[in-house]
Amino acid sequence: MSLTTDLSRSTTRPGTNKSRAGTGATQAPRRRTRQRRERIFQWLFLVPAVVYMALFFGYPVVKNVVMSFQDYTTATFFTGEAPWVGFANYVTVLSSSLFSTSLLNTVLFTAGSILGQFVIGLALAIFFQRKFPLNGILRSLLLLPWLLPLIVSSAVWRWILDKDSGALNRFLGDLGLIHTGIPWLTSTSLALIAVVGVNIWIGIPFNLTILYGGLQEIPDELYEAGSLDGATGWKAFRHITWPMLRPVVSVVLVLGVVYTLKVLDIILGLTNGGPANSTQTIATQSYDLSFHEFKFGEGAALGNVLVIISLVFAVLYLRASRRAVDE
Amino acid sequence: MATQLTAPTRRRNTSTAVTNRRNWGYTALAIFFLAIMLFPVYWMVNASLQPNGTTLETSWIPLKPDFTGYATAISEQGGNLGTSLIISLGSVVLSLAIAAPAAYALAYFKVRGAGVVLFAILISQMIPGIVVANALYTAYNDLGLLNSIPGLILADSAHGIPFAILIIRAFMNGMPSSVIEAARVDGAGHVRAFWSIVIPLSRNSLITAGLFTFLFAWSDFLFALTLTTTEAVRPVTLGIFQYIGAYVNDWSSVMATAVLASIPAIVLLVAAQKYIAAGTTGGAVK
Repeated sequence: MSLTTDLSRSTTRPGTNKSRAGTGATQAPRRRTRQRRERIFQWLFLVPAVVYMALFFGYPVVKNVVMSFQDYTTATFFTGEAPWVGFANYVTVLSSSLFSTSLLNTVLFTAGSILGQFVIGLALAIFFQRKFPLNGILRSLLLLPWLLPLIVSSAVWRWILDKDSGALNRFLGDLGLIHTGIPWLTSTSLALIAVVGVNIWIGIPFNLTILYGGLQEIPDELYEAGSLDGATGWKAFRHITWPMLRPVVSVVLVLGVVYTLKVLDIILGLTNGGPANSTQTIATQSYDLSFHEFKFGEGAALGNVLVIISLVFAVLYLRASRRAVDE
Repeated sequence: MATQLTAPTRRRNTSTAVTNRRNWGYTALAIFFLAIMLFPVYWMVNASLQPNGTTLETSWIPLKPDFTGYATAISEQGGNLGTSLIISLGSVVLSLAIAAPAAYALAYFKVRGAGVVLFAILISQMIPGIVVANALYTAYNDLGLLNSIPGLILADSAHGIPFAILIIRAFMNGMPSSVIEAARVDGAGHVRAFWSIVIPLSRNSLITAGLFTFLFAWSDFLFALTLTTTEAVRPVTLGIFQYIGAYVNDWSSVMATAVLASIPAIVLLVAAQKYIAAGTTGGAVK
């Protein structure tokens, strides 16, 4: 196996010999065999994870690329044949009128969700920096929306936003603000806004937690020094908090974008992409193509478009996280 | 109390009494924010306790709690809850069995290729679930893994394993290596040292990873939706989706099911408080 040859070549690596420093250094060949055995053992700890990652992440990515160039349909399951079609799937998917709708919805859904989650999450994180009784308990209770299964949140919100008996419309009605129910989820102009609103609600705890952690890392002395120079309130935020928090902010934003791009549960649970595709995103459309229309090739092509968009942000993420670790 | 000790140092000129009163004001404000954020959770519980049928005008408070919603939920979704439980526990066992040794190898051995493995783990979190599901569906179809509990355990671990590796590795990085070296000098093999020293020492991180892995598998919707096509194996998330997919005229049963499906999250929040902080931050930033 190439694995073992590769390992035997790297017998003199720092940091691994410490435990053997005291044992007889005279028998070099014997020691080398022992070191090789040692390395094989070390790899065995890692092998299950590598195999799993290869099967459940590596394989799907490769398979999706292959499928996206094939006419892969339900018939394939019976005949076993999936003819090569070149870029036909990509052409079909990208030139369909639905694609521009999904792309725009994806951008609006992602940008709206991130903006809302981040601003509210940051505001709450700053608020919870104050020392007051019950701070810890209240802050951890705020995590609940994040821990609930997404489909549960979708079901609850679907009812709260119901036109006729939903809690939101009844509340607005009781205040005298509206007289007829607002069709939050069934109107083409409101559905996307409603879905974004729910996704903001789900994302606030995550943003709050990470940003709060970042704020805790900023040394108090900076604020004390700042206040001597007259930097308090907004000035302190602009000149101390924001620059110091930047690495954490970039991680939160990029992770948020990557997670939001692939959201499926919330949209399927709330609107199923409707009404009239007004909440259809690239992710939901890819699901539709594969699992409702059984055009697996086209679904794979659209999925790959999503992967490419995510990868752009992944690169940003890796750069951001490296910077966060460095600093 | 901590507040009395720390607050005056920041504002030296204000008396303790004034500071305290202001602090309780912040508490009230925090409770107000919490009330808004948790209203949907309250509404779920409230609605689950309302009598059947008259859902058009659900009262704001369940003055006469009625448990028929729960009776319906358990009789119709009880099996699905059991399925979810088996899948989630299976996913925890599989994820920890794969992730713990890997985390140990990555934290201790500095094996060649460790960087590549870590990079792959980070990238894997960016791959949309729909891409994985698309490929797995065709592979599962060939392998006969559709509509099977092992199939779902394997797929659901895709979320848990990379996360668990990151969490456990972050913890093991901070463990004193002298303890393991001492055991190795005493003649313990790698497996012995790992099993009888590393694992007991890493208990807390294993619990954190296990709890989150359970929650991920329990919450999974996408794989349940795409990799099951019959009623033979149906997790409760899919059960809820089918409830709300049809025209809903019995919200109290749906909400009762939602409450039952939320129990792991609530247990995690209440009973395992100290493990959550490690989990939320560990997986994301480190």
